[in-house]
Amino acid sequence: MGIIAEEIGIAPAIGNRLREHWETPRTWLARLATVDHKTLGIRYIVTAWVFFALGGLEAALMRLQLARPENHFLSPEAYNQLFSMHGTTMMFLFIQPMLSGFSFYLAPLLIGARELAFPRLNAFSYFAFLLSGVFIYASFLVGQAPNGGWFAYTPLTDVQYDPGLNMDFYALGLLYLGIATTAGAVNLIVTILRLRAPGMSLDRLPLFLWSSLTTSVAVIFAMPALTAALGFLELERRWQFVFFSPDRGGNPLLWQHLFWFFGHPWVYIVFLPATGMLSMIIPVFSRRPMIGHTFVALATIATGIVGFGVWVHHMFATGLPQLSMSFFGAASMTIAIPSAVQIFAWLGTMWNGRVVLRLPMLFAIAFILQFTIGGITGVMTAVVPFDWQVHDSYFVVAHLHYVLAGSSVFAIFAALYYWYPKMSGRLMDRRLGLTSFWMLVVGLNLAFFPMHLAGLQGMPRRVYTYSPELGLGPVNMLETVGAFLFALGGLVTLWNAVRSRRHGAIAGDNPWAADSLEWAVSSPPPPYDFARIPLVASRNPLWDDNLGAGPALDDGRQTLRTTALDAEPERPIQLPEQNTWTVVISLTLLTFFTGLLLRWSWFAVVSGVLTLFALARWLWPAPMRIQETET
Amino acid sequence: MTSYAMTQPALADSHTRDVGWWGMALLCATEGALFACLLTAYLYLGSGSPRWPPAGFELPKLGMPVLMMVVLLASSAVLAWGERGIRSGHRARLKAGLAGSILLGIVFLALQTVEYHNKLSHFGPRTHAYASLFYTITGFHGAHVTLGLLILGFTAVRALRGHFTSSRYQGVSNAALYWHFVDGVWVAIVAVLYVSPHLS
Repeated sequence: MGIIAEEIGIAPAIGNRLREHWETPRTWLARLATVDHKTLGIRYIVTAWVFFALGGLEAALMRLQLARPENHFLSPEAYNQLFSMHGTTMMFLFIQPMLSGFSFYLAPLLIGARELAFPRLNAFSYFAFLLSGVFIYASFLVGQAPNGGWFAYTPLTDVQYDPGLNMDFYALGLLYLGIATTAGAVNLIVTILRLRAPGMSLDRLPLFLWSSLTTSVAVIFAMPALTAALGFLELERRWQFVFFSPDRGGNPLLWQHLFWFFGHPWVYIVFLPATGMLSMIIPVFSRRPMIGHTFVALATIATGIVGFGVWVHHMFATGLPQLSMSFFGAASMTIAIPSAVQIFAWLGTMWNGRVVLRLPMLFAIAFILQFTIGGITGVMTAVVPFDWQVHDSYFVVAHLHYVLAGSSVFAIFAALYYWYPKMSGRLMDRRLGLTSFWMLVVGLNLAFFPMHLAGLQGMPRRVYTYSPELGLGPVNMLETVGAFLFALGGLVTLWNAVRSRRHGAIAGDNPWAADSLEWAVSSPPPPYDFARIPLVASRNPLWDDNLGAGPALDDGRQTLRTTALDAEPERPIQLPEQNTWTVVISLTLLTFFTGLLLRWSWFAVVSGVLTLFALARWLWPAPMRIQETET
Repeated sequence: MTSYAMTQPALADSHTRDVGWWGMALLCATEGALFACLLTAYLYLGSGSPRWPPAGFELPKLGMPVLMMVVLLASSAVLAWGERGIRSGHRARLKAGLAGSILLGIVFLALQTVEYHNKLSHFGPRTHAYASLFYTITGFHGAHVTLGLLILGFTAVRALRGHFTSSRYQGVSNAALYWHFVDGVWVAIVAVLYVSPHLS
């Protein structure tokens, strides 16, 4: 570190020139359509927080309903809408966008680039994410929120059993969101493979980006199955096509196969980036490089690949052939191996290091404990006869919340406390952080551990109430208390984040004495990220004192393109500035899907044509670059 | 290690793949996965049915889809010829290639209309899951051909404005990649929807 790092981060003479090229102009339109990956990353994170709060509110209402047996706080229909929206929100509008928000913010900084490969696509995908969320939530305004669960099984969700607009909001909203998610994945893959600083060969790629890369590839191949399923569902619901109704050759299991062929990879898409965050945080607070770096990277990829071969474990109760169930049961258990590799690599790093218990590290340690519980119940449900016993019971609810709330959400809190100083320039308050941490840990375990017992005693999930004779009243009351404690713990961190924006201690460039490149630049980073493209020679560039200062590339908005494997420099590339048409497209797509929802065909057609027109305007090269071409 | 033998490189011309090409390749990958899902759904429902096409549906005739395949493959070849042209600076050859592939694409859509006219006289899309899948898959492909034609048209306008030179033709390569992909999908559709019923 030292002189070279300063040259990369500050370099005042170059900095002023770069600022001219990179700063978003101070007009409201330019700011709205900004392509700065840091601004957009923070927008993603803040928006995902809003959806987290909404999903949490839905959970809180459900827990109030379930606190006592035979409660009439919510009607069955209201309860159905709430649990459907809770799952849909948390899976699609909170965890994945939150994790990608961190990826969009961090990817260029971690690899020594100045932007994502497709800056305008990033601006578009943010607005598409936001507006698809608004679209789905608009269903509450007409009292017809999705009510068939986040996995929307047919025939329950077919039009004869669910005739309202509820599931149309779900299907069309998720089709729209899928465009945003796919665009984000393409952006991350190309960025990570082509824009790494010279010397950052793939074996030196930070582990968080290994998980971003793996999950982005998984999105490319998993998302189409959801798109196909949702397309079939809408064609069957709105245009009387047949895919799932058995009376004319359809099969309801087709939905389940397609949904879970998407859904199980999706489970890893909302989980693997969390493990990647841990692999960044644990070495820093153990004061030593990650043990088994290569094996952790391989374990990440292996989980992503095997994740495509386990979807049938959601369907053990559907009467599939024995052989198929054995295969998928075994494949599901196999996942335990790469997961264990990661856990032992973290433990080994801590064991051989000198652990510093700062807030991000506390959340990371809680993650390891809670993920181990969720992982073990995962192996249990991979055993077919055991799965039959607990299928559709609260045991499964406990399992999935230990993995998602106990692991992914804890990693998100760890990441927030860890990267907040880089994003805002200020540290978050430790005392508030500790309060929040203990409320979250106690709340989570109080809310979800008893669900294992309730499930084993036969409490079914997705039912709005239960009879007092089951004797599960006290357990449910305990869960409700825990859930509220968890929610309050989350609010304390939210308050901490809001308050520390003004009152937090100044962080400095590298408050944690961390090793990766984002800590070489100021906090918050300048608009151009790096004054000079860094030259990397090891996995822990800021610890190994071997960072070099490469070219400044201050002739416009430029970054360096390198080869995919070895990051050999190829050539500088020119990156585009903001463009209002990206925002226009997100709006015309919104009106397109609204037209489909309300059956205003002409409205949808006009919106579709406008979308294509806006796309052409977006892609038409700027005049300056045409001249450059012609000379 | 502090210095690297590298100063300020210029925005040099390059014949290596641009990031835009990678983006297009990934779009084709995810769209390819989508068609794979659609075709798998067809095969899955077929595997659960005693006859596929089901009773009451005749075996699909092969003449028209194969003719359509020839048209599309020819359009790919013409486009590749035009793209090779611009690599060595032949702007006229690029324009001819684009015009030819667009024309053949339009011929494909015209033949698709004739094919639909014939099919619809036998069965509509709501009669059976087989019919729904047949029209969904071919219709979705038709939408892709239409989008591909719009992309080629966009590229043709740029070509007429003189945007492309022997060292700058990424826009052509990206459009061509999408077009070749759409053509390749039709081959898979012919194999699954038209040929496979004759094999069982």
